[in-house]
Amino acid sequence: MKKVIVILLLAALGFYLGTTFFNIGFGDPHFANGVKDFYLKETVDNLHVSNTVTSIVVNFRGFDTLGEVTVLFLAVTALGSILYKRRHEVGTRSVLFSSSSVVTAGSKLLFPAVILLGVYVFVHGHLSPGGGFQGGVIIATGFLLMLLSYENYSVSHKWLSIVESLAGIVFAGVGLLGFINGGTFLQNFLPTGVLNNLFSGGVIPIIYIAVGFKVAAELTGVIYTVLHEKGVK
Amino acid sequence: MDSSLFQLLNYGVYGTAILVMLIGLYGALVKKSLLKVVIGLSVMESGLNLLIVALGYLKGGTAPIFSEGFLNGSNKIMVDPVPQALVLTAIVIGFGVTAVALSLVIRLYRHHGTLNIDEIRNLKW
Amino acid sequence: MIYFVLIAFLLLLMIAAAVYSIRQKDLLYATLATGIISLVLSILFYLLQAPDVALTEAAIGVALTTIIFLITIRNTVRYESDEDNFKSEVK
Repeated sequence: MKKVIVILLLAALGFYLGTTFFNIGFGDPHFANGVKDFYLKETVDNLHVSNTVTSIVVNFRGFDTLGEVTVLFLAVTALGSILYKRRHEVGTRSVLFSSSSVVTAGSKLLFPAVILLGVYVFVHGHLSPGGGFQGGVIIATGFLLMLLSYENYSVSHKWLSIVESLAGIVFAGVGLLGFINGGTFLQNFLPTGVLNNLFSGGVIPIIYIAVGFKVAAELTGVIYTVLHEKGVK
Repeated sequence: MDSSLFQLLNYGVYGTAILVMLIGLYGALVKKSLLKVVIGLSVMESGLNLLIVALGYLKGGTAPIFSEGFLNGSNKIMVDPVPQALVLTAIVIGFGVTAVALSLVIRLYRHHGTLNIDEIRNLKW
Repeated sequence: MIYFVLIAFLLLLMIAAAVYSIRQKDLLYATLATGIISLVLSILFYLLQAPDVALTEAAIGVALTTIIFLITIRNTVRYESDEDNFKSEVK
């Protein structure tokens, strides 16, 4: 009975969504083009940033990104408090296994390369696809590789929180400096340089590097917390 | 590309996105296992992201990056960057939501010893 | 033409993986199917001219979400106890 009601409801929803979106059409310029043209023109003329998605995320909606990073931080905190353990239970890994020597040697070789790729992605966030979020996630994937291959590989919680706090301070500090120099929060106050150079775009690379470190620390914390959770056996 | 094939693609991309969204919603509404509910929400999120990015696509457009090749080339059409920035945010936040939901699942399992919604509902706290 | 066939294949694979991940009783396979959805989705993002989103989806959807689901399954139950009311398999 419940299934029938749900299927009828979903059919009605699907019919509504289908008629709406098939009328819009795929690949047609159906949005108000003023917004898009403004962003593209402003990005290449005034900010001198190549990647328009980066300039929208960090500059035009920089305050939104600050909120997003804060939401991630809250998620890590909630995870830690939900999976709270008493003192004598700490230290045991739930996922215990012995990896073969091929896996351990391979991941030890691969780990620096993965970290380097992540750093490259977030340093070049204003020039090529990628940015702080992508680079941070790639770095967290590198730590995941090590945590899965070595049973007693551990990440220091103290260093994670230090890196995360410093990156957050840099983000908010750059925003406040913009407030002092330009009048609005996260206003650009550095010279923007030449398009398609590494040192261009004003404060955008600085903010994206801070976001990269912050996201990497937060996601590594998530993986570490969940991996050290001991279920009821 | 043929315009009739492109027309078919129009229905295909939107139809797939909506279908995947509805499949995920069905799983989240009907299934009894809490883990299955979280999987359903994750599937639904994938369909929604595809829908939003497909809205910003422009026929013959390139990625919104002012590279050397774009500046010197003849093609001056770019796809809409605004939905892409939106989806970039949505994916990262979606991961945080999934992680918190799964930690709640682990906690409930520790407390009740089961993941079936009916059994959890019948227990007295 | 080849572009059209590729996109049609990817879309069909995505629908099939979504149906499989909801219908499968073994949650391990269901989780792997959601990983396949994310992989296909990231290729589709690339074809829809959104390389930034493709990178994010490939890193988060394929690697991190799948791993977190797998750890949760390891800590709880592997099989879905269905409406048939058979006993949920506790490790």
